[in-house]
Amino acid sequence: MTLLAVRDLSLALGQTPVLDGISFDIAPGEVFGLVGESGSGKSMTALAIMGLLPVGAHPRGQVNLAGRDLLSLSERDLTRIRGRDIGMIFQEPMTALNPMKTIGDQVAETLLVHRAAPRGQAQAVARDRLARVGLPADRFSPGLYPHELSGGQRQRVAIAMAIALRPRLLIADEPTTALDVTTQAQILDLLAGLVREEGLALLLITHDLAVIAGQARRLAVMQKGRIVETGATEALFRAPRQDYTRSLLAASDHRPVRPVRPAPAGTAAAAEPILSVRGAVREYLLPRSAPFAPHPRLRAVNGVSFDIAPGESVGLVGESGCGKSTLTRAILGLDPLQGGTIRLGGSDVTAGRTMSPTLRARVQVVFQDPYGSFNPRHRVDRLVGEPFHLTGRPRDADARIAAALQEVGLDPADRHRFIHEFSGGQRQRIAIARALIIRPDLIILDEAVSALDVRVRAQVLDLLARLRQDHGMAYLFISHDLSVVRAVTDRVLVMQAGRIVEEGPTGQVLARPAHPCTQRLAASTPTIPADWKEPAHAP
Amino acid sequence: MRRYLLGRLVSLVLSLVAASLVIFAVIEIVPGDPASYMLGLKASAETVAALRTQLGLDAAPPERYLSWIAGMARGDFGLSYTYKVPVSDLVAQRLTVSLPLAAYALALTALVAFPAGLLAAARRGRIADATVMGATQLGIALPNFWFAMLLVLVFALHWQIFPAGGFPGWEGGIAPGVAALTLPAIALALPQAAILARVLRSALIETEGQDFIRTARAKGLTRGQTMLRHALRNAMIPVMTILGMQFSFLLAGAIIIENVFYLPGLGRLIFQAITQRDLIVVESVVMILVFAVIVVTFAVDLAYAAIDPRLRRRA
Amino acid sequence: MRPSLSLGLGLALAAALAAAVSLVWTPYDVTALSIADRLKPPSAAHWLGTDHFGRDIASMLMAGARTSIAVALVAVGIGMGLGVPLGLLAAARRGGWVDEVVMRCNDLVFAFPSLVIAILITAVFGPSAVNAILAIGIFNIPVFARVTRGGALGLWTLDFIRAAEVAGKGAARISVEHVLPNIANLLIVQGTIQFSLGILAEAGLSYVGLGAQPPTPSWGRMLAEAQTMVTLAPHVALFPGLAIVFTVFGLNLLGDGLRDLLDPRLRPRA
Repeated sequence: MTLLAVRDLSLALGQTPVLDGISFDIAPGEVFGLVGESGSGKSMTALAIMGLLPVGAHPRGQVNLAGRDLLSLSERDLTRIRGRDIGMIFQEPMTALNPMKTIGDQVAETLLVHRAAPRGQAQAVARDRLARVGLPADRFSPGLYPHELSGGQRQRVAIAMAIALRPRLLIADEPTTALDVTTQAQILDLLAGLVREEGLALLLITHDLAVIAGQARRLAVMQKGRIVETGATEALFRAPRQDYTRSLLAASDHRPVRPVRPAPAGTAAAAEPILSVRGAVREYLLPRSAPFAPHPRLRAVNGVSFDIAPGESVGLVGESGCGKSTLTRAILGLDPLQGGTIRLGGSDVTAGRTMSPTLRARVQVVFQDPYGSFNPRHRVDRLVGEPFHLTGRPRDADARIAAALQEVGLDPADRHRFIHEFSGGQRQRIAIARALIIRPDLIILDEAVSALDVRVRAQVLDLLARLRQDHGMAYLFISHDLSVVRAVTDRVLVMQAGRIVEEGPTGQVLARPAHPCTQRLAASTPTIPADWKEPAHAP
Repeated sequence: MRRYLLGRLVSLVLSLVAASLVIFAVIEIVPGDPASYMLGLKASAETVAALRTQLGLDAAPPERYLSWIAGMARGDFGLSYTYKVPVSDLVAQRLTVSLPLAAYALALTALVAFPAGLLAAARRGRIADATVMGATQLGIALPNFWFAMLLVLVFALHWQIFPAGGFPGWEGGIAPGVAALTLPAIALALPQAAILARVLRSALIETEGQDFIRTARAKGLTRGQTMLRHALRNAMIPVMTILGMQFSFLLAGAIIIENVFYLPGLGRLIFQAITQRDLIVVESVVMILVFAVIVVTFAVDLAYAAIDPRLRRRA
Repeated sequence: MRPSLSLGLGLALAAALAAAVSLVWTPYDVTALSIADRLKPPSAAHWLGTDHFGRDIASMLMAGARTSIAVALVAVGIGMGLGVPLGLLAAARRGGWVDEVVMRCNDLVFAFPSLVIAILITAVFGPSAVNAILAIGIFNIPVFARVTRGGALGLWTLDFIRAAEVAGKGAARISVEHVLPNIANLLIVQGTIQFSLGILAEAGLSYVGLGAQPPTPSWGRMLAEAQTMVTLAPHVALFPGLAIVFTVFGLNLLGDGLRDLLDPRLRPRA
């Protein structure tokens, strides 16, 4: 029996084909995974099913929900199906709810627009559904507004809205991508529970193969608007038939060959650390509770101490809000400390103008967002050459920029182009070239591969490993993704509420976490079961 | 909520103090001695000096500033040099024209702008939208005094539906007063309505593009329902801001229109006072207008809090 | 190019061209009075007719365009020249006391009824084109400061500014090198809007006799003079008004068109 049957779904936006002959079935009560890299057409498929495509998009083919072709329905008929027969949740919980309405009203609205219940009764159902998604009325009043809830809680409200009328199908488009790993695990548990107990089918759309592995019974792999492969999850993971699927699987837990530590292995104490943080404290002033009352203080970094040896790769992990970013800003000399010291190659890091350019030149950074990291009005040579401001522009600046581009796998001729002409992966390469150009001793990689697709991510990780081999700089690798940290770091620091709660060799800490925070992180990180993997064919 | 209110209230008081200082300072540097102005060119130096003492012009500036403020707090705005009557009486009398005119114009503005803005946003990219956008673009370009002349030409001189100017007062009943204010209110309102309609349209379109609208559509709401139930309330923040500024403009900026229609309003009072160097009147009326603007801004801030729950976080 | 942008550009250029040509040539001398020719309707000799002194209205409109454009342009210059640096400074010191002071001063200027203050300034210092420019220009400063700060604040959260800080660049350098070029679009659009508002404001001031003084021709004063004889010769009131409407309308269309053209979000992808 089939609940949803998609047949030959095709779509073009203007002249660009977006979807090309998509076909798949979902049975009642089944979790079906749709996986693919960005731009593969996953979200467009979901929007086409919902009839929520951008104006002017006319999909062809069939989308049969329990025997009715949704594509042939009028907009009026579709509004009767949306929310009643199909519910949908989206990626970004922070903006998915109306900031001006209470969560109870927003859940009740689903019932009211479908005239499923009178107002009072709709409120009662809303209360009940909110309790079902883990927001019981005694702790989370339905009178709360979205801004009073966290991201994970808001995603729960979005789920309550989507399941308020007990639809037969729930579409979840990257429902946990914007969330912390621990919150992600909770939301995925909630969705699995709903499928089990309420009998709804779930179309789970994600870029993350490990999430699919833990949730979906069957899946389809999408690439460039087509489905390249469909099948039962475990069988498909064990024996992918298509090269594309194989390369995705390989990239998802790719481990670059890590260079042997160039530092003398003998006495660790003998090697002068390149970065030495001692008792670092960073406080923020919060808005005062009343005029003239003292500002309350928030200690974002609370007595942190650690060292990084030359050429070492150190990971820094923790949930969002643990103080990772604040610590990073202090190390870069962008914000002053309120206590403790940060020494870079033996000299004190201070914020602002008091820090000498020579000292600043010893540390560089690569940011997460490949789009916000570059001034869109400058050409690549000016972007990559910006750190020369610290060292004075050398005579052979042009040659060095060309060499740096070549080193990160780009064409030296690219230096005359603007940043919008490059893809996300290429931009991160340019960001690495910019960090590399003045040969710093330490590069901070602030979630530097988090926004990249798995295959591109694997290539960038390889690049980073090779550069460390060639130039011997140290990395401080900040990430929320334990699998990446596992792949590229020698040592890991776990941060919680402004403190380092655990540290040690990466493999050891992640295999046998001692602190509850690390245990929680490790347990929440979705993984592909080890025995599903193809017999090793790598060296 | 308390914190937000308190913060706005503190800034209200600070703005008033700053504004009064600026006004006082500007009047200080204005050339010309009010006493000699009042007495005319032939007055002797002694009489002028006597009048200066009588008017309190001899005192040091800080002292005069404080007595000005203290007077205003009691409702005493001083004596007009030219009219020789208390400024408060003058202002009160003029407000019976200016306030109804501003309210009338504001009501017309909203009455035209809201349907037009909603229609344009709902029919985005279609003929109705293009028509509204073109018309509002022309409306913004209209100098209101010229528009007023055209209105007089057509509705007062040609068809004789409304009076061409002057104000009969409210003694003769509501109808003649309203009739006298109709053409001025239209002349003031239409260009403002054009601005407001455009702001409403773009705020609605901006809101329509947000994620929560898509969520609402996924629940089964129609486009029209999302606009009225979700987008409109979110779009009200910029609209309230503009509406607040427009009330101030309609109250104070009516100077020119009051001149066109010979209306004895606040704008005309201050215009005449400026040209006659009746500085006490200028000083006080500007202060009253600034006070009105600041109070309206404060009211708009309160309206924000009423609309937007994020501003009324529990303290 | 979209038709509305072409129309806007055409109208704005027409006004600018009329103003430029009037520097060297007008059909008639705008100061020459000819009582015999007074209040003539449009004809072959006088395209747009004559006013109550028999002056050629077309010639006066051309010369009046010069006054309007000059006043509005310099007022925009004042607003940008002071407002943009203030806005950049406030954004660079966001949340600090400098920001607070700049923004409070802005609010204060906004609290004053602009037309009243403009009238006050011109009345106190004597009515003249220069004082009209100052009066209009002062109120442009907070507008540009606010637009600049708003645009700059968004940019300061972006990582490329962080990268420049890591490269050791100070706030002033970053403001000029990274912030300013990225808000240029906003400023061009706002500049166009303030330019058209300036033309309206100049017309208003001249209409009440506080703008450019005779014999300098001005659209606003032409309307004031026409008001008393609007029933006798409607054309005397019609043409200056249309000149204002078309110029301002054109500038507004131009501003809107530029906004769409310069907004990367609206630009068709390559």
